[in-house]
Amino acid sequence: MASTQVNASGTLGDDRAARARRISRRRETRAALLFISPWIVGFLIFTLWPIIYSGYLSLTDYDVINSPNFVGLENYEELFRDPKIRTALWNTFIFTVIQVPLYCLVSLALALLLDKAGRAAGFFRTAFFLPKMTPPVAVGILLLLLFNGQDGLINGVLGWFGIDGPAWTTDPNWVKPGLILMSLWSVGSSVIILLAALRNVPQELYDSAKVDGASWWQQTRKITVPMISGALFFIFIVNTIAGFQTFTEAYTAFFGSGNTTYSNDAALFYVIYLFRQAFEFLNMGYASAMAWLLFVIIMIFTAIQIKVSRRFVYYEGEQR
Amino acid sequence: MTADTRLDTPAEPETVPKPPRRRRRITPVKALIWTALILATLVFIYPFIWLLSASFKPRGEVFDNKLIPETFTFQNYLDVWHEAPMALWLWNTVLVTVLAAVTVTVSSAMVAWGFSYFRFRGRNFLFGIVLATMMLPGAVTMIPQFLIWNSLGMVDTLTPLWAQNLFGSAFYIFLLRQFFLGLPRELFDAAKIDGANNWRIFTRIAMPLCKPALIITLIFEFQAAWTDLMRPLIYLRDSDNFTVPRGLKALLDQYGFGGEWHWEIVVTASVITTIPMIILFFLGQRHFVQGIATTGSKG
Repeated sequence: MASTQVNASGTLGDDRAARARRISRRRETRAALLFISPWIVGFLIFTLWPIIYSGYLSLTDYDVINSPNFVGLENYEELFRDPKIRTALWNTFIFTVIQVPLYCLVSLALALLLDKAGRAAGFFRTAFFLPKMTPPVAVGILLLLLFNGQDGLINGVLGWFGIDGPAWTTDPNWVKPGLILMSLWSVGSSVIILLAALRNVPQELYDSAKVDGASWWQQTRKITVPMISGALFFIFIVNTIAGFQTFTEAYTAFFGSGNTTYSNDAALFYVIYLFRQAFEFLNMGYASAMAWLLFVIIMIFTAIQIKVSRRFVYYEGEQR
Repeated sequence: MTADTRLDTPAEPETVPKPPRRRRRITPVKALIWTALILATLVFIYPFIWLLSASFKPRGEVFDNKLIPETFTFQNYLDVWHEAPMALWLWNTVLVTVLAAVTVTVSSAMVAWGFSYFRFRGRNFLFGIVLATMMLPGAVTMIPQFLIWNSLGMVDTLTPLWAQNLFGSAFYIFLLRQFFLGLPRELFDAAKIDGANNWRIFTRIAMPLCKPALIITLIFEFQAAWTDLMRPLIYLRDSDNFTVPRGLKALLDQYGFGGEWHWEIVVTASVITTIPMIILFFLGQRHFVQGIATTGSKG
């Protein structure tokens, strides 16, 4: 600071001020860039370069050992011929389309219940959240154990009601329902988000609704849900994006090196197939093309959701 | 069962002005709510109890679905310890987890501070890129990143599991920036007048004031790094280098369906993998809840 003033002392006042401002701004920029530099370096090496290189790889045949062999759009053409791609896309789509709305409904129901739990809410919140702490590998294993067709706990409980439970982990028709139900076990974090949103709804709205004689159901539909629609939409979109990239639980339970007996086409989700192509079959070029297809699909779905949400989602103050 | 719990808990203050006795009547609606809450709790907690109980059962009884093991045994834990390099896996995981959490917190805080305190041309554009990277599916960068680490000869070491955290992570940068923006600017201007340089302002004023957010970042990343399976699957080959989740997957492949049907080993290893996360939750419960609630409201 001091040196600036000495240097500038000969010039006119206006000039001096302008120059000092310029110098201080340049300093500020330099300081900012220093703080940001870790991200810039990381972005260039681990994001930008990979994006470019992945685009290039998707046009090649590459097995890591031999150098990439340019094949043009062949990988992309193969995407449309490969029946496994169709299976994987279909599995992923069905899983996401059923899982996400269920997930939102269950977390909303639990949040509404918690909101009525008074002082015990903390206890129940902990109970609901703990599954979220379980490593996904362990969740995949729990799926195999609890949903086991013969001795599993789930079918045991169904048995009390005289229901003969299906072979969740081996019958192709029941693999996805099992995975979806298991995934609902981890709704905890969404419940917390929704509960926080519920607590932010102004009490006056309910008070005046009660005066008007609105029932609980009417209040929920006309006040609660619209008021927390922002949080609901957040959960919806985050889970959709995550749903398209489902990997760990299904991979743990149904795939594995040296164990192909239970490799089950019903659980072949897109990222699992991508992972296998890249790191088990070493088709890096083909897997890169798969990654770009996934990227495009996620972008399209997210854009549609954002567009549709404009009509339903209410943000307080109408900002953002 | 429902009624008892209800009576012990004076829920919902000030519905009735001043009843002489604390205990309120149980309406059918309340009973229904509490039944639902308790049922849900059972659904969420019982798998843990099932798993824990099964880990103390001998091989033949793992699937008997009994709450209390008929034959109580500690043998499974000894077996896991002998059959697998569990201590080594735990050590590897602790190493990766601590390095990942600490590096990502420090680097993300620096970057977030750079984006929140200083004003410079191109700031919004750069920050827009930070946000945009969050939308990029990991699958796109996964393969080239592997090739980078491969060309550095780091495959089958623990380094690729944490070293990218040195460069910050978009989600935490976003989260921490929100907190930094919430701090009053006058504080820093005052420190500047007192002659503090930028680094000092950041480390001595901004970071301490942002402690809750830093703790949230630490424990979030701690959990993410501990539970990750995909990176260890990609990068680790030698079983001595495995993290616990990767090891658990290997045990499942060896002792589960495809293998020898020693489910008691798999069950016990699952318990060992999960317990540190449960402890982490109880240590940082408040921060977890706060952190998740804020991420939701920033959507």
